[in-house]
Amino acid sequence: MSTATDTQRKAPAGERVADWADGRLGIYSLAKANMRKIFPDHWSFMLGEIALYSFIIIILTGVYLTLFFHPSMNEVVYHGSYEPMQGIKMSQAYASTLDISFDVRGGLLVRQIHHWAALIFLAGMFVHMMRVFFTGAFRKPREINWLFGFLLFVLGMFTGFTGYSLPDDLLSGTGVRFTQGAILSMPIVGTYISMFLFGGEFPGHDFVARFYSIHILLLPGIMLGLLVAHLILVFYHKHTQFAGPGRTNKNVVGMPLLPVYMAKAGGFFFLVFGIIAIIAAIATINPIWNIGPYRPDQVSTGAQPDWYMGFAEGLIRVMPGWEINLWGHTLVLGVFIPLMAFGLVLAIIAVYPFIESWVTGDKREHHILDRPRNAPTRTAFGVAWITEYVIVFIGGGNDLWATHFHLSLNAISWFVRIFIFVGPVLAFIATRRICLGLQRRDKEKVLHGRESGIIKRLPHGEFVEIHEPLGPEQLHTLTAHEQYKPVELGPTVDENGVERKVSALQKLRARLSKGYYGEDNQIAKPTAEEYKEITSGHGHH
Amino acid sequence: MSSQEIPDENLPAEQGTAHGAVEVADDPFADPGLPAHKPRIQDIDERAAKRSERAIAFMFTLSMLATVGFIASYVIFPVDKIVYIWPFGHVSALNFSLGLTLGVALFAIGAGAVHWARTLMSDVEVADDRHAIEAEPEVKAKVMADFAAGAEESGFGRRKLIRNTMFGALALVPLSGVVLLRDLGPLPEKKLRNTLWAKGKQLINMNTMEPLRPEDVAVGSLTFAMPEGLTEEAEDFQNQIAKAALMIIRIEPDNIKDKREREWAHEGIVAFSKICTHVGCPISLYEQQTHHVLCPCHQSTFDLSDGARVIFGPAGHALPQLRIGVNSEGNLEALGDFEEPVGPAFWERG
Amino acid sequence: MKKLSARRRHPLAAVVVLLLALAATGGLYAAFAPASKAQADETAQSLAIDEGKKLYSVGCASCHGTGGQGTTDGPSLVGVGSAAVDFQVGTGRMPAQQPGAQVPKKKVIYNQAQIDQLAAYVASLGAGPIVPTKNDVNPQGADIAKGGDLFRTNCAQCHNFTGEGGALTNGKYAPSLEGVDPKHVYEAMQTGPQSMPSFPDTTMPAQQKRDIIAYIQTVNSAQAENPGGLKLGGLGPVSEGLFAWIFGLGALIAVAIWVAAHTAKAKKS
Repeated sequence: MSTATDTQRKAPAGERVADWADGRLGIYSLAKANMRKIFPDHWSFMLGEIALYSFIIIILTGVYLTLFFHPSMNEVVYHGSYEPMQGIKMSQAYASTLDISFDVRGGLLVRQIHHWAALIFLAGMFVHMMRVFFTGAFRKPREINWLFGFLLFVLGMFTGFTGYSLPDDLLSGTGVRFTQGAILSMPIVGTYISMFLFGGEFPGHDFVARFYSIHILLLPGIMLGLLVAHLILVFYHKHTQFAGPGRTNKNVVGMPLLPVYMAKAGGFFFLVFGIIAIIAAIATINPIWNIGPYRPDQVSTGAQPDWYMGFAEGLIRVMPGWEINLWGHTLVLGVFIPLMAFGLVLAIIAVYPFIESWVTGDKREHHILDRPRNAPTRTAFGVAWITEYVIVFIGGGNDLWATHFHLSLNAISWFVRIFIFVGPVLAFIATRRICLGLQRRDKEKVLHGRESGIIKRLPHGEFVEIHEPLGPEQLHTLTAHEQYKPVELGPTVDENGVERKVSALQKLRARLSKGYYGEDNQIAKPTAEEYKEITSGHGHH
Repeated sequence: MSSQEIPDENLPAEQGTAHGAVEVADDPFADPGLPAHKPRIQDIDERAAKRSERAIAFMFTLSMLATVGFIASYVIFPVDKIVYIWPFGHVSALNFSLGLTLGVALFAIGAGAVHWARTLMSDVEVADDRHAIEAEPEVKAKVMADFAAGAEESGFGRRKLIRNTMFGALALVPLSGVVLLRDLGPLPEKKLRNTLWAKGKQLINMNTMEPLRPEDVAVGSLTFAMPEGLTEEAEDFQNQIAKAALMIIRIEPDNIKDKREREWAHEGIVAFSKICTHVGCPISLYEQQTHHVLCPCHQSTFDLSDGARVIFGPAGHALPQLRIGVNSEGNLEALGDFEEPVGPAFWERG
Repeated sequence: MKKLSARRRHPLAAVVVLLLALAATGGLYAAFAPASKAQADETAQSLAIDEGKKLYSVGCASCHGTGGQGTTDGPSLVGVGSAAVDFQVGTGRMPAQQPGAQVPKKKVIYNQAQIDQLAAYVASLGAGPIVPTKNDVNPQGADIAKGGDLFRTNCAQCHNFTGEGGALTNGKYAPSLEGVDPKHVYEAMQTGPQSMPSFPDTTMPAQQKRDIIAYIQTVNSAQAENPGGLKLGGLGPVSEGLFAWIFGLGALIAVAIWVAAHTAKAKKS
């Protein structure tokens, strides 16, 4: 590659710069592997990019906001340009947020972009995670990347929460108070953690400054590291793809990074930024000037956190007020159980890939995505999880559902209390049946062809619909999925009559495996023999 | 555990080889391979390609114009200019114009780039091979050997004393960092048990900042009070009001079901902590007909005519009541501090 | 004074205080009622009461009793005052249509003259808060910021930061304050309709009520400024979250579909 000895022609400037960099960074070897890297086309593969780009937008706008924001809880009397706050006592944090909104030109826009992008960032991560889940993209070799992504989501929630708390307004202060109450509920260490976090009693004068360094430095720093690792792994593993003609587990079909994906992905960044900027132009978010400065003795109805914490809010709202007093100590189950449940529900989805790979015992690499219907148990589990999430979410907004749908708040709470248990079960059963139905339809389509909608009258008067046979491409696509056989425990007594020990864990695995891949739990895909028998003979109905 | 391997026959045949590699000519489900590339209009019609080119150039030009518009808006509109724009309402002219121009400037760049990629750049699908991530056995063997050699040379396995003391040192050294966190805050001690209320402290109406008199408090009314001596200017006002905030209502004494509540009231005037016992929201959605009070945060509901016991929601115990009376000037006063900690429950509450 | 404090727990003390309170209310009534009204033509006043009584017996007596003493279907109106009548009838809440968790605001069926006559009649049953004058509810010159602070202490817990309303227990709710006549806001604070507690002048002076009205007019009226754009109902994070998901993520996914879709192929013709 080197042109050092090539004195015949003077290399162009760009090439000389590249040469210089290559001598120091080895960029040519890097580019050789990556410049024409292939990316498959599918809209759902861009959900992660929505999250990635909103994160970049958040960092850009966040840096701007730090130039004007004062993370201080010192009390000041407001004399800025917003009339309904004239003469009101507030913290400097709140006053500077008012200044950003009313006195800094474009400050309001940047604040709104920052906050809208945060909501979209979390929503983007959520749908991206669900895409990965339902297509089985978390399977080997991508389990670690799944965990990185999961951590990004969880850290994103807390980064969002700390940022939401910074303006020290009445709404976010109420949220911080809730956090402090939840911390107090922790057995033994609760009061200590609360005192240490707030520098004494609530609210104190410290938490804004402390949350500030967590919000702008600690958490985003960790997230940036995880994000880079996440992207490196995406490059290293190469993207997954859906089954189709020419697409195998050993290749990746799509278009090269340079130029197509450079333009598409690069362009998409501007599209995401543009849309968020337009949203920030037309829709208010978190109008702290209407909310007022935080006072621990004031509150407003409809006190909710941003959407990604709505799940925690719902858990805490619908929990009955259990409290145990024993030996001079209080176990605040009414708050502590929701706190634990919050972690548990998130953890379940995080460890799912490991559970599934244990059940299947599959150690091979998977680069072809599943259609959700072809993994009915996984899909049903995922839908059950989302159902749980959404039901609890409804609980988190019970007061607003009550006023807007003319319902009783208490009735909604009771609905959530019951359906938090019943809902996921119903969703699981229903989803699995739907998946199996779709599998049957696919099988039907493969064996009998596509319903053409053309009705033919046979000589003897019978009406039949003409089914058009599928082309080889569709036949392949619809039969490319894998089907596992359930694990058998085998005889408990071996050929010598010696009893073999079967551990409880093995039994559990056999049962789970049967639940996943047993006869009634997946529809055997059509075999070549079945197909030939039907198509060669009188297979037209 | 997983040492109990699942036999391989349970696994499905390798994808991609299942049909393709069988190479049985009559397998109806065999992979037919990548379909042939079909050209787009732009690939065969130069006029269509030109149209695309113009559209892309138009978008980039639009972006430039929008950026000019952004700068112009920044200069033209005063920061406090409000205009009515349907259907958005009375909005800031600056925010609206800056946001829209910025949005268009960015969106047009993206739209141009994507349109370029979709219509003019090659859309031939290419297959790229994947390679197994797991190392070849020889590579693994070499690494293991290297590692064994390195470990051997360090004497890590042999010289246990060194190894153990090193682990000890590494385990202890982070403790310094933990110790440094000690001064983040004071110890809890009894801080959560006391409020500013004490015997003889008058109840100050938070609207008028005047002492409350019994005759001021009508049945069915709602008033908030704080302890005498606390001012909004006080350095620790927020911390104090977070515990001392009080909700004053009046119930006909006959309608008070709880005996202690009636005794601690003054002629039916009862004073309850405004801080919810669940997680500490200021609770005060008082329904004067039923004497129920609802928390706006998590909907715990308390019956103020029955010792403020919990009748719905996640709160675990009743709102603390402050014992009140009237002082010699005829003003309401506290007859002591709350008898139990106010606000959320905690481990040491008992 | 010692004597007084020694006897304040006397069984009759409550009665004495109540009597005092009643006297005080009556006194306040006299003090705050504008002089011109107090000296109004006696005959005109009694005429209004007579007319009001007729209207009352047709429209109200079935629930509130013929003399306003109340029945199982409706509370006693003795001592609720003209302000309560003006609020309840003037916002269409009364006459109520059907029993339920709460009587909603609806179309007003009496004209202002009839409402005044009804109010005069009910006021004649027992002294109570009176209808405020134009001046009482005039937000001109009131302290908006102070009003905001008072609103957050006394009102926002049920009516939301800017008076968008909110839920109470078992299907009850605090209504939205948008577009509510300042007079009715004032009367509601005075009288405490339905679930709402009252905020009498003794604990919240008239000037503070004007401050609150001025604040509501500033943040929640047709002229209210929303510098950031659509206010999304003014409900906070729930509506913002819905907007972010539906319009934000929705638009982005629509764009993603366009970005990833294959370009139309040329048709062989």
